[in-house]
Amino acid sequence: MDIFDTFFNVPVLIRTFPLLMSGLWITLQIGVASIIAGLALGLLLALVRLYAAPWLQVIAKIYINFMRSIPLLVLLIIIYYALPFVGIRLSPFMSAVSALSLVSAAYTAEIFRAGIEAIPKGQFEASAALGLGYRNTMVDVILPQAIRIVIPPLTNNCINVMKDTALASVVAMPDLLKQATQAQALAANPSPLIGAAIIYVAFLWPLVAAVSKLERSYAKADH
Amino acid sequence: MEGYISIRNLRKQFGNFTALHDVELEIAEGEVVCVIGPSGSGKSTLIRCINLLEPFQPESTITVGGTKVEAGRNLEKVRADVGMVFQSFNLFPHLTVLRNVMLAPMRVRGLSVPDAEKRARDLLTRVGIGEQADKYPGKLSGGQQQRVAIARALAMDPKVMLFDEPTSALDPEMVGEVLDVMKSLAGTGVTMVVVTHEMGFARQVADRVIFMDGGRVVEIGTPTQIFDTPQEQRTRDFLGAVLNH
Repeated sequence: MDIFDTFFNVPVLIRTFPLLMSGLWITLQIGVASIIAGLALGLLLALVRLYAAPWLQVIAKIYINFMRSIPLLVLLIIIYYALPFVGIRLSPFMSAVSALSLVSAAYTAEIFRAGIEAIPKGQFEASAALGLGYRNTMVDVILPQAIRIVIPPLTNNCINVMKDTALASVVAMPDLLKQATQAQALAANPSPLIGAAIIYVAFLWPLVAAVSKLERSYAKADH
Repeated sequence: MEGYISIRNLRKQFGNFTALHDVELEIAEGEVVCVIGPSGSGKSTLIRCINLLEPFQPESTITVGGTKVEAGRNLEKVRADVGMVFQSFNLFPHLTVLRNVMLAPMRVRGLSVPDAEKRARDLLTRVGIGEQADKYPGKLSGGQQQRVAIARALAMDPKVMLFDEPTSALDPEMVGEVLDVMKSLAGTGVTMVVVTHEMGFARQVADRVIFMDGGRVVEIGTPTQIFDTPQEQRTRDFLGAVLNH
């Protein structure tokens, strides 16, 4: 019974539930904004990495490797605590979204690049032979096929971004984790933390399951 | 005489390997030319140079209808007028047969959806697969896919059609249906350059036959000249090996 009173204290959970919900709302906002910005920037980076002038390709490659190497927490703290020294002051929300989307873009770029490179050369040649320009070749022929290939790894990346939103709590963002730790302090009981963990798992589990299902059905379709 | 397709001093290097040695070739408007020769003789490379799918040495020149084939603003225009059919079809698998044929006329020629659809349905009927228009390419046989590929190229109303071994990837029973479409195309005024191993087709349909070996044009002549009275030993050896089966 002690375990239940400590970790699953129902009165505490009911009292702090509105707090957790407001945190979840912030978490979703950070996550969705970062995912969308990361996707757009990542696609652009992938195209630069593959088709731009050689020096731009090198820059894109350096950016991608840098962002995949730096710990996200370090980047976030630099953006929030170090940039103000050079006059760049971002709100906690913008700091979190910037850090998450800068890193997500690097991973997304590599995923898109792999997807585009998986399209057979004949598709590019058939497009060229028809007189299609670069933009139409990409938009009408290559990307629609590449997107099918990259949906499972992209979904995985989205799950990672959603999980990493919890780091926003260190820059005083009232996200789900931050609200849970505050509620824990107020109630002097860790049940809100358990509640937050359950909420994270509950809304990411279906995405994880969807990725597995997609990967299985693609594997079947390819054989 | 300057041909509709004019190939001067065409040289193509892959690293240290010379795939084409100084090829000179003039092809007249409306002419049907078949290119034959052993594997690796440079036949495919030659026709892939005509629409610059293969870049060639800068000292070489190719013109199509008076326009120089080179990277830059004119290239998409040349390519729009030069249709190509590939050995491996290269249909767009994510689009229906109809959409495959409609895409380039809409994007490159600026046709409206109804106009492009009408043209596509007419062409698909002409190549005998009008009733398959709404299927995806993966559901069609190889012969049907290749006929779609021909319709897709024709939808651009090209002046020139390049065929790169169009029947080599097909099951034997499907070769005839594709060759029949190509035969019906010959004599419609479109200039055709066909790389092929189908000697019967070359003999029956070609105005001229080009025999290539080792990256060089060895012999050019009418089908009768090439198949019945070849002048070069290499041509005789090749035809002997190909025809005595």
